[in-house]
Amino acid sequence: MTSTLKKLLLGEQGLLVIFAIALVLVSVFVPNFLSTRNVIGLLQAVVTVGLVACSMMLCLATRDFDLSVGSTVAFTGMMAVMVTNATGSIPLGILGAIAAGAAVGMVNGIIIAKIGINALITTLATMQLVRGFGLIISDGRAVGVKEPAFYNIALSNVFGIPTPIIVLAVAFLVFGIVLNRTVFGRNTLAIGGNPDAARLAGVKVVRTRVTIFAIQGVMAAIAGVLLASRITSGQPNAATGLELSAISACVLGGVSLAGGRATMTGVMVGVMILGIAENVMNLLNIQAFYQYVVRGVILLFAVLLDNLRTSSGIRR
Amino acid sequence: MSYFFEYRGITKTYPGVKALEDVSFGVRRGAVHGLMGENGAGKSTLIRILSGDQQANAGAILIDGAEQKFASVRDASDNGVMVVHQELQLVPDLTVAENLCLGRFPSRAGFVSRRRMIADVQAVLDDYGINVDAGARVSALPLGARQMVEVAKAAMVKARVIALDEPTSSLSSRESEVLFRMIARLKAQGTVILYVSHRMDEIFQLCDSMTVLRDGRLAAHHDSLEGVTRAQIVSEMVGREISDIWNWRARPLGEERLVVDGLAGAKLSIPGSFTARKGEILGFFGLIGAGRSELMRLIYGADPARTGRVMLEGDSYTATDPRQSIRRGIAYCSEDRKHDGILNGRSVEENITISARRLWSKGGFLRPGREAEVAEEQIRQLRVRTPSRFQDIANLSGGNQQKVILGRWLAEAGLRVLIVDEPTRGIDVGAKSEIYDLLYKLAEQGMTILVVSSELPEVMGICDRVLVMCQHRISAEFTRDTFSEQALLAAALPDGQNHSTAA
Repeated sequence: MTSTLKKLLLGEQGLLVIFAIALVLVSVFVPNFLSTRNVIGLLQAVVTVGLVACSMMLCLATRDFDLSVGSTVAFTGMMAVMVTNATGSIPLGILGAIAAGAAVGMVNGIIIAKIGINALITTLATMQLVRGFGLIISDGRAVGVKEPAFYNIALSNVFGIPTPIIVLAVAFLVFGIVLNRTVFGRNTLAIGGNPDAARLAGVKVVRTRVTIFAIQGVMAAIAGVLLASRITSGQPNAATGLELSAISACVLGGVSLAGGRATMTGVMVGVMILGIAENVMNLLNIQAFYQYVVRGVILLFAVLLDNLRTSSGIRR
Repeated sequence: MSYFFEYRGITKTYPGVKALEDVSFGVRRGAVHGLMGENGAGKSTLIRILSGDQQANAGAILIDGAEQKFASVRDASDNGVMVVHQELQLVPDLTVAENLCLGRFPSRAGFVSRRRMIADVQAVLDDYGINVDAGARVSALPLGARQMVEVAKAAMVKARVIALDEPTSSLSSRESEVLFRMIARLKAQGTVILYVSHRMDEIFQLCDSMTVLRDGRLAAHHDSLEGVTRAQIVSEMVGREISDIWNWRARPLGEERLVVDGLAGAKLSIPGSFTARKGEILGFFGLIGAGRSELMRLIYGADPARTGRVMLEGDSYTATDPRQSIRRGIAYCSEDRKHDGILNGRSVEENITISARRLWSKGGFLRPGREAEVAEEQIRQLRVRTPSRFQDIANLSGGNQQKVILGRWLAEAGLRVLIVDEPTRGIDVGAKSEIYDLLYKLAEQGMTILVVSSELPEVMGICDRVLVMCQHRISAEFTRDTFSEQALLAAALPDGQNHSTAA
């Protein structure tokens, strides 16, 4: 009995099992948790971190790191609002945001993969640079949207499901396919496993890494546009600390910081665990200050669990 | 007979695997005891238990009649047990002296006395004939010198038991001699030395007694090596007789296929030129650091060439990228599998299909069925011992990892030149002869094979022709009828006046 339990918790699907148990407990004991309103609210709350976690997963899988995503979300949200205001065209605004995000990602990627500077340092620098640009172009203030249709990006829905949630679902699907079913995804994991070996086996290591950073920038931009639409303005101080939430979600989901190990379902569960923890604490009226403590505890618990799993040898 | 050091009934299980089962043997005071066995036989586990890094599930370690319980590496070293692993444990950014005194700096009122420390350590190094500056940073030392420093560390703490795990694998023959002299000294002081090696010569030269492990069990224990033969040990290791592991046969060679013309780069100072024919197995022998691997990496495009060209069946180019070389039909199995061969944490299947999948994937999408098929085919053909194609390659033994990497290239289409750098390093006898058979088979099918090896019997055993390199220069060429151990070795050794690079 105990050994089956141990196998279940420490096995490949251990996190999923724990997640399912937690979900059932929360549904039973927390009033209103399962209401449609709350579930949709919960999903909407995880859109930003979920989108960024998708690309962060690829980034971590190649042993890289990106701390600049929070700043990029704020900056690209600002770009979307300002370009839309200037041109009166929402598509142009979105395009501007995506171009800006891709540019930030490319710069990160080129400095890290081509020139060979440490990813932590590089993105620590670009994180501050991009945050600074956002503050400069907005003069430190929120930029209001002049085009009311801009709100509709986040407010619209398809069959009753808000668009941002659909976008997140599509992102999960696409990144799952990319990771598992494409040469690019396999190469990403191979590079994380051993970059030197991957290069000698004919993988374009530098190009793959730069591409991943560019994708990271684009995902941050998509998240930025949706966030700006939801909060109806471009906020230079939006999404602070998002990079840490995204990395937490990935680590919770079993992505190895040493590279070479990542699953999309894991990251989805990681994102949901963080989202549910926050949601439940809100429902139970627990003070926001405690939420940091709880998130820290969850992250430590997940890492310890992973360590237990690796050392018990059940995983592989 | 009373033993100074004893393993008694050691059993160690990992989930699903019995690594050691009831292993018992003893070693007399002041004896060098050889430990042999195929990879996966349990040698490393046995050493790890001794070092305190891991704990046995059952059994005991006795030193001088007293039972020892080591909770940690520190605990073991405090009790006079030192283990020198293949992967060295020195701190690269500290000096030799600091490394040797780590954890017990000589101090006065809490201040480290640098001068005294360096003087003390230098005295020990000089005493053992190790030509290393105690004040030098470890990262500045060549690999061989680091190995010596590690052994000196064990000597310095006056260890009662020292285990050496493949100590000569990164040493030149000259450095090995210094090591052997150190071992003799330690032995005279009454130290017990456990000597793990795949090299039979060394075992016979150094050891007083030995133990052979097979599949986690004691296969044989020889209290004296008198009358013990190599063939006997080999059969104890594999449980079967292997008469001639080389098994070389003459085969017809085809036209000239590969011409290397004056290749030189940042790590190879003297341009290298040679030609190789279709179906030929061409060996490259030399000391560590002679420039053999560097030349191979230039041919493959793993490192950029500064000058020179490669001509492959008349098509002349400068290799700049491994991708290009693979497409031209050149593949390279690197010298250090862990460092740039295997993709850690990824499955056997992915390790096999990583390169060849471009042949069947469409529009960037994988074809899982085809991937599985190719992986299964290579696993079967190369007889890779793995529970399944999904197994993490890091869990395979060295020989099986090597087979997987060979499988990676055999899955390619139109391969014309295969470069294998130290193809059997750290690989057991059984897997060795399988790899040799594979190389012969490929050569018979017309593949040109370049073999880099530091093992003299191996290059002489399997190659049709051997080029010897010495200090970045191709110094001699031998064909099978001119092979002789003395001549090859003489060509590999640098001249008396400029031997600085070999130190």
